[in-house]
Amino acid sequence: MKRFVPSSELVVRASRGEIPAISRLITRAEMGLDECRPALAEIYRKAGKAHVIGITGVPGSGKSTLVANLAAQLRRRNKKVAIIAVDPSSPYSGGSILGDRIRMTELASDPGVYIRSMATRGAVGGMARSTLDAVDILDVGGFDTIIIETVGVGQDEVEIAKASHTTVVVSAPGLGDEIQAIKAGMLEIADIHVVSKCDRSDSNKLVVDLKQMLTLGLASKDPKDWLPTVIGVSSYNGTGIDELATEIERHRAASLATGRAHQRELAIASFRLEKTAETLLIERFLKTLEPLRPALASTLCKRERDPYSAANELVSNALPQSIDQTEQAARAWTRRR
Amino acid sequence: MTQPIRVLLAKVGLDGHDRGVRVVARALRDAGMDVIYSGLHRTPEEVVDAAVQEDVDILGVSLLSGVQMTVFPKIFKLLDQKGVDDLIVVAGGVMPDEDVVELKKMGVREVLLQDVPPKTIVETLTRLVDERGAR
Repeated sequence: MKRFVPSSELVVRASRGEIPAISRLITRAEMGLDECRPALAEIYRKAGKAHVIGITGVPGSGKSTLVANLAAQLRRRNKKVAIIAVDPSSPYSGGSILGDRIRMTELASDPGVYIRSMATRGAVGGMARSTLDAVDILDVGGFDTIIIETVGVGQDEVEIAKASHTTVVVSAPGLGDEIQAIKAGMLEIADIHVVSKCDRSDSNKLVVDLKQMLTLGLASKDPKDWLPTVIGVSSYNGTGIDELATEIERHRAASLATGRAHQRELAIASFRLEKTAETLLIERFLKTLEPLRPALASTLCKRERDPYSAANELVSNALPQSIDQTEQAARAWTRRR
Repeated sequence: MTQPIRVLLAKVGLDGHDRGVRVVARALRDAGMDVIYSGLHRTPEEVVDAAVQEDVDILGVSLLSGVQMTVFPKIFKLLDQKGVDDLIVVAGGVMPDEDVVELKKMGVREVLLQDVPPKTIVETLTRLVDERGAR
């Protein structure tokens, strides 16, 4: 591809499942090239068939190894599997070491598996800004199961639940007690809990803690709701991988049967809209901020101004309309409809 | 937003020494590049598949085992079969001067031997991507 291949042409090739075209489109989505916007719009319209599985958990909990084993299991069930593995970018240089692929060497050279590493590039929440564009591209490229592996997250990065049809939270033994398990945040988003490294003797304690945590919530649940399960998995000796694949399929089938899948699609669309708008706003804002930043930071540092008034001035520059005007415009727009 | 340069660093064959390639990985990361490391003992097929899936700007193959004249022809053949013609391939490690000449004829853009400082590696890769232009 020495000449610059137009993105519209790449869409045609990607739709035929050509891997180089799929890969290049993902790169262009990451770059946010204006040239590829119409192509990505076409991709978005065509996508929506694949089952998107989100895998999240703390750093070192064994997500990548689990993803590799899960993908191998799904391959045995005749799924075409794409994996998007997100790793952090350096807050200092912006660079990254994308090391998830190294845990997935067993999958190498299987044409039914595609692995793409992505750096967060400053995005928070566990994914990169273009992760969901990549999901659509892979969907149109013919992959029926797409696994998003988030960066290693803490307690509060829960965006993956708003981006996937089935969310798997991986917990590793030895990191906390039963109070840790009833805290709000990451543990709440799981459709399926996985306890990794369950060849270790302390893993059963965590399985019990998580199960107890789930029973505490039973009283306030609608009986029709999905009840998350806890599965002990060992990538070391292979325990639980088959069970996990079956549970993921059961969750998908149950969601489709009850209409929860549609609710989830709506939530994903709404989240996508919000995140995209946020990105546009931030880009626009940073353009205004960058030239003014050094001078304003200096006045703040000398305590000549306060952060609120300085920031307010910046925002007014980036978004000339005041909040009141924006609200008026929104009301007028709603009335017209 | 400008795109960080994407690099796949690969170790091919029965070569168990990756201290050097990890030093390079770190230097590239600190220069703001996205670095994917293949891990040890990969085959040319695996490396080429990874380079295509990851759509890297640069494939850097590190060799300390003397098999460069076997590995690189295979890599170029596989790239050719897949119709990839805009990937920048560089070599690193320890190899004889006469091989360096042959590798460059084959299409290896730069051969960065053991005494090249990290800063020069960063500058070289940046220049190669600049010369290639938009893709």
